[in-house]
Amino acid sequence: MSEVDAAQAPTPSPAPLDMPPPSPSWWRRVARWLRSTNPIVVTTLAFVLSIAVGGLLIVFTDTPTRKAARYFFSSPGDTFSRAWHAVSTAYIALFEGSVFDPHISSHASVWQALNPLSETLLNATPLILAGLAVGLAFRAGLFNIGVQGQLIIGVVFAGYAGFAWNLPAGVHLVVALVAGLVGGALWGGLAGWLKSRTGAHEVITTIMLNYVAYYLLGYLLSLDGFKRSGSNQAISRIVDSNARLPKLFPSPLRVHAGIIMALLAAAIVGWLLTRSRIGFQLRAVGANQNAARTAGMNVGRNYTVTLLLSGALAGLAGCSQILGTNTAVTQDIDAGIGFTGITVALLGRASPGATVLAGLLFGAFQAGGVTMQSRTGTPIDLVTVLQSIIVLFIAAPALIRSAFRLRGAADTSSQQLAKGWNG
Amino acid sequence: MSALREESAPLVKAPEVVEVPASRNARLVSGSVLIVVGLLCALGLGLGSHAGYDARFGLSPAGAAIKIPALAVPARVAAIVLGALVIVFGVWRIARGFSRKAMRWVVAISIVAVVFSFLCWSCTGSQGTTLDLLGLLRQTIFLAVPLILGALAGVVCERSGVINVAIEGQMLCGAFAGALLGSITDSTAIGIVAALVAGGLIGLLLALFAIRYLVNQVVLGVVINLLALGITGYVYDALMAKDQNTYNTPPGLHAINIPGLSDIPIIGPLLFEQNLIVYAMYVLIVVIDLALFRSKWGLRTRAVGEHPRAADTVGINVRRTRYVNVIVGGVIAGLGGASLTLGSALPFGKNMTNGKGFIALAAVIFGRWSPRGAVGAALLFGFADALQNVLSFIGTPVAIPSNFLAMLPYLATILAVAGLVGRVRAPAADGEPYVGR
Repeated sequence: MSEVDAAQAPTPSPAPLDMPPPSPSWWRRVARWLRSTNPIVVTTLAFVLSIAVGGLLIVFTDTPTRKAARYFFSSPGDTFSRAWHAVSTAYIALFEGSVFDPHISSHASVWQALNPLSETLLNATPLILAGLAVGLAFRAGLFNIGVQGQLIIGVVFAGYAGFAWNLPAGVHLVVALVAGLVGGALWGGLAGWLKSRTGAHEVITTIMLNYVAYYLLGYLLSLDGFKRSGSNQAISRIVDSNARLPKLFPSPLRVHAGIIMALLAAAIVGWLLTRSRIGFQLRAVGANQNAARTAGMNVGRNYTVTLLLSGALAGLAGCSQILGTNTAVTQDIDAGIGFTGITVALLGRASPGATVLAGLLFGAFQAGGVTMQSRTGTPIDLVTVLQSIIVLFIAAPALIRSAFRLRGAADTSSQQLAKGWNG
Repeated sequence: MSALREESAPLVKAPEVVEVPASRNARLVSGSVLIVVGLLCALGLGLGSHAGYDARFGLSPAGAAIKIPALAVPARVAAIVLGALVIVFGVWRIARGFSRKAMRWVVAISIVAVVFSFLCWSCTGSQGTTLDLLGLLRQTIFLAVPLILGALAGVVCERSGVINVAIEGQMLCGAFAGALLGSITDSTAIGIVAALVAGGLIGLLLALFAIRYLVNQVVLGVVINLLALGITGYVYDALMAKDQNTYNTPPGLHAINIPGLSDIPIIGPLLFEQNLIVYAMYVLIVVIDLALFRSKWGLRTRAVGEHPRAADTVGINVRRTRYVNVIVGGVIAGLGGASLTLGSALPFGKNMTNGKGFIALAAVIFGRWSPRGAVGAALLFGFADALQNVLSFIGTPVAIPSNFLAMLPYLATILAVAGLVGRVRAPAADGEPYVGR
């Protein structure tokens, strides 16, 4: 990766003869690139730092390690070997659950060997969509913390269309997807409308709408007609097979067409932002709302439209959950995607392409975390810690630069992503 | 010396503020809302409650020395009269309009009227239902304690110009550290100190990234919340859940009756039979309210939050002021977290703050960044929360699903931020990092 970039770098203009060689060798250029503040280096270092912090957390809470630490001074090696064991097994399981597992039996099919990757894609699907939702709003200077609520309402709409109606194959899926999209868009647009009409800050309203959506779902799950009849648990009826996103590969692999939908959505968002009138206005409002207003743009309507679109993407994330990964609506259908989506958008720096990569990375974390928890007993909350630390470091490039003595431009401020209360 | 200079009387008398009257359109909208709410109150709650039944409100605790008889109000009459009052407000608003200050009172009185009508209606489900009003208010205080402390944390932090979305994480860490260290040492004192330190550490993290590394503060707050959620959740699963007896049975604070004051009927059992954290909260409310507007620290804090460059010019250390305020805010929020575990002897649970920090943040905004306003808003949200607890016990005339009751505080917050407050003005430099000259 780095060599390729270095090779593509423009060759320096030939130096005058009397000035001895400023043309550095390729490895010097690589070294210089490695020590500069560019997104790839910063992301890698943030990743490494998060792994280190996570390792400390594992060590401090690991029972064998703490037992060995009681006789640390008589046999310090014990403590270190226990600590190493705890950390390495956890991280190896994280890798095996998300990329490749060498422990599968020799007569397993190729499909089984691909299972970890399939799980990664499966987990990445809603994360990419949620990350796009948050990122799109960031571009307009809005912070949509309400992906959770929008996703829930999307799930309710898509799920209801999926199990209550009887439609032919193909049509049913499209109808359910549109329903989920509309549900999320309505819930997001509500926050945008409130902001444009009353000035209520979207950070507060979207958080509150999350809770409202959560309890609304709880209410629906107690209603006959929504709830599965004959079940004591709060679970909805099962989505009709016509309305499900088709699986992409044979049986053990769970990855479904949602991932294609997510990639398409990323492409559309990319097009929207850079090539369309809506995207231009959206970015203009995000860059400087006063200038945008002076140029004749309707800033208030822009807020509504942005959160409508953002909510629609969140609704699609809900579709992936209810029409693909699961088959029935439950109270915890959100599975923390709303908030992980924020970290995905931050890691992806609100650009659609990078958001896809960030979604894949955090999807891998999520998939590996399940394996890690079941194999080594390390709680899956470690993944949340890793994700938030990565994003924390990425948000502060100045910190990374001073910690690793990187050289770089004097750009110390992070991107203008969200506005303060007066914004 | 510097305090003298800072507080010397202004030479120029401030010009009288001329208020721009609300536009006709705005009056029409807010007036119609009042009329509709009044109609709903009079017709829905008034006619919806049983004609002959009285709403009875209990006002003294079970074992009180001086018994106060329960207050009995004819429910239907009360709701119709109060509804009519709100309608009159609405008509007056459209016809003549209120000044901005009067409108605030009108809104407050209308809320009280509608809530009281609702309470009247809710105990007419069957003859002789008594709503324990004192219990409701006690629970309001109990539920409002973390909200009030969180809101004070937000005020202290945001008045100095740093947005604090991380109240949730500070409270969660306070609750967590209080439970963990309180359980290990079996000492409430150490538990509380641990909670304060944990809240302060998250405050330090916020301050460091916001002030030194200039990270966007809203985003930063959300990420810190996630980090707090992850770390506490991890340690809970890895340590506390495996051995609840050792690590997660925090000792509870005892209620202390203040001699004399606790014997006053209604107010005594309501305010003066509380635990140490609640008394600390009283002190904090008074101290912060006074200090913010009457002390050197308060003047500097406000100066740094409104116009850091000007503050810098007169020699105030902007960054240090902000560091101090953000960390102090974290400590106060940590105390709020401790009230969840140590204050009620409850074990820590994953994500046990469950949005309380965000509601506290909403209280800061609803209260317009003033300590009094924030406390009032926090009490309102606490009341909404307590109401849903109480209503799930007494049988209302029409059953209200528990999920809708659970939504109340959140809906109240949205209404508060959107409808009642309108466009608020935060401290001018809130969220703006100060880079210096």
